[in-house]
Amino acid sequence: MELFERNACDLSEMIKSRKISSKELTESVFGRIKAVEGKVDAYLTLDKENALKKAEEVDAKIAAGEELSPLAGIPMGIKDNISTKGLKTTCASKMLYNYVPPFNATVMNKLESNDVVVTGKLNMDEFAMGSSTENSHFKPTRNPFDTDRIPGGSSGGSAAAVAACEAIVSLGSDTGGSIRQPASYCGVVGLKPTYGSVSRYGLVAFASSLDQIGPLGRCVKDVAMVQSAIAGHDRYDATSAYREYPDFSAALNADVKGLKIGVPKEYFGDGIDPFVKQSVMNAVKELERLGATVKEISLPSTDYALSSYYIISSAEASSNLARFDGVRYGFRAEDYDGLVDMYERSRSEGFGDEVKRRIMLGTFVLSSGFYDAYYKKAKLLQRRIQQEFSDQFADVDIIATPTVPTTAFKIGQNTDDPLKMYATDICTVTVNIAGLPAISIPCAYDDKGLPVGIQLIGGKFTEQRLLNSAYAFEQLVGGFKKPQL
Amino acid sequence: MVKGYEVVIGLETHAELNTESKIYCDCKNQFGLEVNSQVCPICMGMPGTLPTLNEKVVDYAIKMGHALNCNINRICKQDRKNYFYPDLPKAYQISQAEVPLCENGYVDILVDGEEKRIGITRIHIEEDAGKLLHSDKFHGVSLVDLNRCGVPLIEIVSEPDMRSSQEAKVYLETLKSILQYLGICDCKMQEGSIRCDVNVSVHKPGEPFGTRSEMKNVNSFSAAVRGIDYEVERQISVLESGGTVEQETRRWDDDKGVSVPMRSKEDAQDYRYFPEPDLLTIVVEQERVDELKKSIPELPNIKILRYVKQFCLNIKDATFIAESVSLAKLFDDCMTKDKFHAKCYTTWILGDLVKYMNATGKTLEDTKLNPENLTELVEAIENKTISNAGGKKVFAVILEADKKVSDIIEEQGLAQVSDDSALEKIADEVLAANEKSVNDYKGGKTNALGYLVGQCMKASKGKANPGKMKEIILKKLG
Repeated sequence: MELFERNACDLSEMIKSRKISSKELTESVFGRIKAVEGKVDAYLTLDKENALKKAEEVDAKIAAGEELSPLAGIPMGIKDNISTKGLKTTCASKMLYNYVPPFNATVMNKLESNDVVVTGKLNMDEFAMGSSTENSHFKPTRNPFDTDRIPGGSSGGSAAAVAACEAIVSLGSDTGGSIRQPASYCGVVGLKPTYGSVSRYGLVAFASSLDQIGPLGRCVKDVAMVQSAIAGHDRYDATSAYREYPDFSAALNADVKGLKIGVPKEYFGDGIDPFVKQSVMNAVKELERLGATVKEISLPSTDYALSSYYIISSAEASSNLARFDGVRYGFRAEDYDGLVDMYERSRSEGFGDEVKRRIMLGTFVLSSGFYDAYYKKAKLLQRRIQQEFSDQFADVDIIATPTVPTTAFKIGQNTDDPLKMYATDICTVTVNIAGLPAISIPCAYDDKGLPVGIQLIGGKFTEQRLLNSAYAFEQLVGGFKKPQL
Repeated sequence: MVKGYEVVIGLETHAELNTESKIYCDCKNQFGLEVNSQVCPICMGMPGTLPTLNEKVVDYAIKMGHALNCNINRICKQDRKNYFYPDLPKAYQISQAEVPLCENGYVDILVDGEEKRIGITRIHIEEDAGKLLHSDKFHGVSLVDLNRCGVPLIEIVSEPDMRSSQEAKVYLETLKSILQYLGICDCKMQEGSIRCDVNVSVHKPGEPFGTRSEMKNVNSFSAAVRGIDYEVERQISVLESGGTVEQETRRWDDDKGVSVPMRSKEDAQDYRYFPEPDLLTIVVEQERVDELKKSIPELPNIKILRYVKQFCLNIKDATFIAESVSLAKLFDDCMTKDKFHAKCYTTWILGDLVKYMNATGKTLEDTKLNPENLTELVEAIENKTISNAGGKKVFAVILEADKKVSDIIEEQGLAQVSDDSALEKIADEVLAANEKSVNDYKGGKTNALGYLVGQCMKASKGKANPGKMKEIILKKLG
C-alpha cells in the first residue's frame, strides 16, 4: 500500500514511531498529485516547496523528541476560500485571481500549531456558490469515480482531492451542503460542524449566518482528528461559541446500542432516486442491527427550506460580496470612465454568472418594499425549521437522511438550469438553516460504481455522537473504497 | 418667525467617541496620525475578516442616553447599511436601524434666558468611514485614508423641535458640553469629532409643517447657523415666488455660503438594511445600565440653572463657567466651602483666570490654581489683609507656582496697612505736600479727592487700605 493511500490515523502512528518521515509521506502525496491531477483538477494552487519545508521541520521536531499533535506532518489540502497568509486565496473567482491574504484564517493558525503540512489550495464553485464546482472561474474539477462527472460542490476540490488520494485530509466549507454533498458524490466522509464551533475568521464569507468550515477525509477517525484541531472559541469571531470540545478521535466509540434514530419521511419523497432511498434505509437497518432503535418522524417545514435558504444566503451574499469593488485588491476592469463605471465594469467582468445571479437575488429581497415579503418571511421560516428540529431532538438522538437525492451527474448536465442545480441541496440546507452538525459517510455504490452518501444530523454540539454513529457504521460496512483512476 | 413663516429644524448629530480602540477591531482610535497607519485587515474590510464589538462603545452611548433622558433598549441589534463608496471598504456600514440603543429622550436648553425642551428621537452606535484625499499631486486620482474606518460614532437624532438657527446653535453647544462632561468625545470641531446634518422646513403659522430638505456637510456650529439661515431664506423665496420646496438632500458649501442639491427624493439610496449576521444581539444587564446612570455627573445645562437660581449668577457668566468642565469643577469646589459669596470667585475666574488662559493658551489643568489657594486669596481680600491690587499680584503667582498665599503676601510685603495712626501720618504728609489739590477740593472740585487718595496709596506703596484711607482724608478735609 502506497503512503498516499493510507489514512491520517495510521500515518500519524507511523510518523510518531518514526517508521516513516513526514517528508517521505509529503513526497508520496505530491507524486500522486503529479500522476492524477491532470485527470482530476482538484487544485488551484500547489505549494510543494513550503509543504516539504514544513515536513522537514516536523521530522526535525520528532527527531528531537518533541511531543506533537496527531496531525503533525499530515498533508492537508485547503479550500480556496480559506485565507492563507502569503498563499493565493482566489475563491475560484476572477475577482480575486491574484489576491494574496496578509493574514491567516484562525483555522490556518490552528493547523499551523498542529504542524499540519499544507499541500495547496483546492478548487471550488466561485465564492462557494454552486453544487458541482463547475462555477469555478478557472476550471471544473472531475469526480475521481468517473471523470466525466462532477465531484459536487462547492467544496468539490476538497472532496475530489481526498478521494483521489491527492491529499490525506482536507478542509472545506459548508453553507448549504457544500462539504456533505461533494463528500457524498466522491465517496468520502465530510463533517459540517455546529454553527459557532469552528471560527469563521478568515473564511471569505458567502452567507455569514450559515457558513461553517469543516473537515473531509477518507475515514471517520481522520475527520474526527481534524475537527479536534479546528474547533474552539475564537475572540475574532463574535458568533463562535464559548465552550470546550473533547478530543473527538480519542473518544471515538462504535457503540450504538440504545441510539434512537429518527427517519424523517419528508427526506424520502419523490425527488429522491429509488436506489439512494434504498441504500440509506439499508444503512439505517444496519445500525438497528447493532442495537439502535429507529423511528419515522416528520419535519413538515422541509418543503420551504430551500426557498428560505436561497433568500437568506443570497441576501447575505449580496452584502458580503459588495466589498469586491476593484478599489483595493483583486480584479479591476481595464477601461472605465469614473468611479461608478469602474465599480460596474469590475464587478460585471470579475464575477461569474452564478455569483451575479445570487447578488441580484439578494439585492432584490433586501430592497425596500420587498424586505418584509421575502427576507423577513425567510427568517421566520428559519425559526420554525429550528423549532421542528429541536422538538424532534427531544425524542431522537440522530436523524438519518440521504445526503443528496442522486449520485453524481455529468459535467454540463445541469448548468443551464439553476433551479435543478439548487434542488440538489434539498437534503442538506435545513441543517445550515438550523445551525446543526451533520456528517455524510459513504453507504453504497450504484451500478455505475458511483458512491451514495448517508447524512446523519445531530442536535447542536453533538459532533461526538454523530462521529460515533458514523464510526460504528463504517466499522460494519467498510467505508471508503478507492476509485480507479 | 422669519418673514411671516415659522421655521422647523431637526438635527442629526454625529459624535466620535474617544474610546482607546476602534469599534470592531484592536486598532488605535487616534486622530492625525500618518495616513493608513492605524489600520488592520478588519477595519480595512479584507475578505474573511469579522467584526467584534468594543463593549466600551455601548457604555459610552448608554451614558449619553442617560444624559439625554432616553430609554435604554437593553436588547438591540446592529444592522448593515449597504452602499458603495471608496471610503467604505466593506461597502456597508455597521449601524443600528430598527432598534437603537437609546430612544425617546429630551434635553433642556436655555435660549435667551428661556428654558426650552428639545426631544431626542434616538441615539444609535455605528462605525465611521475613511476619508478621500484629493490633490493635484495625485495625477488625476483620489486616494483613500482608512485610519478613520471603524472609529466609533454615536448618532443623536433630535425631534423637529427647534424654531430658529439660534436654538439649533444652543442645542449643539449644549450637546457638546454634555459630551465633554461625560468625557466620551474630544469635541474637536476642526478634527470633525462632531458633525451634523440639518433638516429644515418652513410653514405659515397655523398650517402643517412644510416639506423639509436635509443639508449635509455642516462642519461647525457657526456653519449650522449660516446654513439654516440660508436654507430658510431659500425656501421662503421659493414659496413666495409660487414654487414648492422639494424633498431633497443638499450639500452646504460654507465657503460660498450656499447649499446645493445633492440628490432628490427619487434618487434616494436604498440602503437595504438588514441585521448584521457577524455580530450577536447586544444584551445589556439592567445592573450595568443602572451603574452607568450613577456615573453621570451633574450636567452643564442643569448646572447653569442651578448657578442662576442658587448663586444669582447672570446667565452669561453661569453658562461660561458651566460649559467648561474644569472651570465648573473649580467653581463648585470653591462654593462647597460655603465661605464666600459666588461673586468673590467669579470675579477671578471670569476675569484674570480667563484672560491668562486666553493669553497663554494654557488650560486650567496647566496652572497651579486650585480651590484651596483661590479661597485663601479671596479670604485675604475679604478680610482686608491685602488690597485688590495686591490680590492681582498674588493671583499671578498662584497661577504658576505652588506657593501659599500667606507666604506670597509676606514675601512681597503686600499686607495692607489699616492701622489708623500709620494711615493718618501718610494723610498728613500728602495733604501738606498737595496744598493746591486740597484747596481745589475745598473750592468744590470733588474729583481732587481721588487724586489725593491716589497719592496716599502711592506713598504707602499700595499697602494702604484704600477705603480706610479715603475715610481719613475726608475727615481731615473736614
